[in-house]
Amino acid sequence: MSIQHHIHGDLLLAYCAATLDEGASILVATHLALCSDCRSDAEIVETLGGIFLENATTNQKQEKSDQKIFASIIKSHQSTASASSKSSLDSFVFPEPLRSYIGGDPDELDWQPVGGGIRQFLIKTHDSQTTARLLMIPAGKRVPDHGHQGFEATLVLSGSFYDRDSWYRRGDVSIADSTVIHHPAAGPEEDCICLAVTDAKLKFRSPLPRLFQKFHGI
Amino acid sequence: MKKAAKIISLNPEQYTNYSSKDLSKVNKPPDQISRVMSDYLVAVAEHQDQEAFAEIFNYYAPSVRLYLLRNGVDASKVDDIIQETFAAVWAKSSQYDCNRATASTWIFTIARNKRIDAFRRENRPEFNPNDPTFQPSFFESGEQAMTVQERAVTIRDALTQLSPEQREILQFSLFEGQSYTTIAIRLGIPLGTVKSRARLAIGKLRLALGGQGEDL
Ligand SMILES: [Zn+2]
Repeated sequence: MSIQHHIHGDLLLAYCAATLDEGASILVATHLALCSDCRSDAEIVETLGGIFLENATTNQKQEKSDQKIFASIIKSHQSTASASSKSSLDSFVFPEPLRSYIGGDPDELDWQPVGGGIRQFLIKTHDSQTTARLLMIPAGKRVPDHGHQGFEATLVLSGSFYDRDSWYRRGDVSIADSTVIHHPAAGPEEDCICLAVTDAKLKFRSPLPRLFQKFHGI
Repeated sequence: MKKAAKIISLNPEQYTNYSSKDLSKVNKPPDQISRVMSDYLVAVAEHQDQEAFAEIFNYYAPSVRLYLLRNGVDASKVDDIIQETFAAVWAKSSQYDCNRATASTWIFTIARNKRIDAFRRENRPEFNPNDPTFQPSFFESGEQAMTVQERAVTIRDALTQLSPEQREILQFSLFEGQSYTTIAIRLGIPLGTVKSRARLAIGKLRLALGGQGEDL
């Protein structure tokens, strides 16, 4: 079913110019949602806006304040996006309420090495039964074989890991209980950060991690 | 390098007759500049490329300034809106799709929306392409016969073919944010004439792109 009656050019121009009043704008916008022909016309008008901008550049010179504006954009961009420019991690790795517990972005944390390039950040809680920690597993790295006395729930926050025939990505939860011996591997594209909650100490099967267990309280 | 630093008159002819312009800043015709700017924008999105962002800022900031001044934005507020506009250009660069819009078109819409946010009391509702009721177009997968850059060149050429009377309506409305009533008073012509010129002008641009010349 194609639409037979369309928005006239003058209405469309006024809408794209933002000179049209709100009521009529609702009508135009609703029609645009349903009519790709008129969306194509709206694109013509907006392209025209771009052409007017281009044509105006050649008549204009830089103002002194432009440098100041540029500098402050760079400055604020760097402060809001420092995490993403340093690594592929963005500042939204930790959703609430987790973020409040952690109090920082991944690159601001005091990560402790636990062996095999893997690092952890223990999260302080008032809970004596379970241990919550962030694990940072380097891209492509395998976590040493380990089993559990209790259970382990892992929530992926950044990157991905592969475990027991499945990929886990941001938001995915992997549950392993005491029957599982596994060695998950981080996806190759970026470091994997996950929140791991365990109700008992992990048991690593190889000797080196066991040494680290002793020193790092895993 | 000579700079065309004179104060701009209200003559819309100046904006459309681009071949006589001093392009010393980039030494390229507008359609090529447009392509370069699209590439820069993609570089900002993909690599946080600060130099590419500087090129974009240097090229567009003066015309965004003019756009805001022409729209009656108070001179004391202009710097703030320019800053918001270009901060958004950077922050949203990952949303820029070079197959859907030229850099100029995209930056125009951001500047327009920042101006509205700051100064328009009424909302300007927009459709949401993610809404389940949204009707996608057959072409919206980017399968159009012409690229956006080719379409922009065609529109640019068609603009020069319009009568000066039609062109000035487009200019006053789109670049200066004037209502048709204001334009009618400014030009001393009936409101209906302003609207019909606008309609004819849009029809001719549509025709140049292979569409219908008349409103349906
Ligand atoms: Zn329509």
